[in-house]
Amino acid sequence: MNGSEFSWSEFFAMGGYAYFVWMSYGIALLVIVFNIVMPMVHRKKVIKQVKRAIRREQIQQ
Amino acid sequence: MWNWIQKFSSPKYFYGMSAKLMPWFAIPALVIGVYGLYLGLFVAPTDYQQGESYRIIFIHVPAAWMSLFIYMVMAISAGIGLIWQIRLADVIAAASAPIGASFTFLALVTGSLWGKPMWGTYWVWDARLTSELILLFLYFGYMALQASIEDQRQADKASGLLAIVGVVNIPIIHYSVEWWNTLHQGATVAKFDKPSMHIDMLIPLLLMALAFKLFYAAAVLVRARNEALYRDRNRRWVRELIENMNGDKL
Repeated sequence: MNGSEFSWSEFFAMGGYAYFVWMSYGIALLVIVFNIVMPMVHRKKVIKQVKRAIRREQIQQ
Repeated sequence: MWNWIQKFSSPKYFYGMSAKLMPWFAIPALVIGVYGLYLGLFVAPTDYQQGESYRIIFIHVPAAWMSLFIYMVMAISAGIGLIWQIRLADVIAAASAPIGASFTFLALVTGSLWGKPMWGTYWVWDARLTSELILLFLYFGYMALQASIEDQRQADKASGLLAIVGVVNIPIIHYSVEWWNTLHQGATVAKFDKPSMHIDMLIPLLLMALAFKLFYAAAVLVRARNEALYRDRNRRWVRELIENMNGDKL
């Protein structure tokens, strides 16, 4: 981006390498999101599991 | 001293502490990451050889560094768990594996996407790429052993041993570009003399590396918290904690 005026279309074109550059940044975003969402899902699962175990023990008593 | 370690490394203590600690890594990671992206995408000059395609470096290199860094954290934690039987160390190792694997995957994919326009191919079986792929399989191997062995102590022993043996791969990855002929370029930052990189490119690269490292710290705390909860699921502190949760409150 060495032109005098900034243009968004030029920015997104990435000098003809748009596919490679934006795919890289897109997959990076996916990896970040994966690392945020997966532990949230995992946490819910663990809590549900413990709750079920507690209930089961209460019934048996 | 030993009592002190025992107290602060107890999963129960860690569970409370990690929640307080996490934002101190997550927020700087976000701020530094956004600033690093701004500098990398808008301020850093175009490369005279590679044009705009080189901007993949701001993802690729930090991801590759993290893939090695997280592996070392995992192997050292697993070693501490094996030798001193500190349960939290095994928790940290187990929590690190999926994050490390995801960064290794990112390093491989972005490298591939950079290789295509620059080398004309998505993949070559050269030393750097192959040893990085082996790193991904080491992470997978660790996770598979953790998942498949029922007894947690045995699982930690087996997977920890694999992690420690796999450390031999780390210097191989680092020096592969010097030991073998390769398409992959040599080190431009981690050299003893001055890094051979424009300062306006180097700064966003280092900022992105810092942001990735802080993100890992936050992510490993969250995952280790889950892991501590799961491993102590039959202990009283977890039972009391969950019984006292109202509804589906997280």
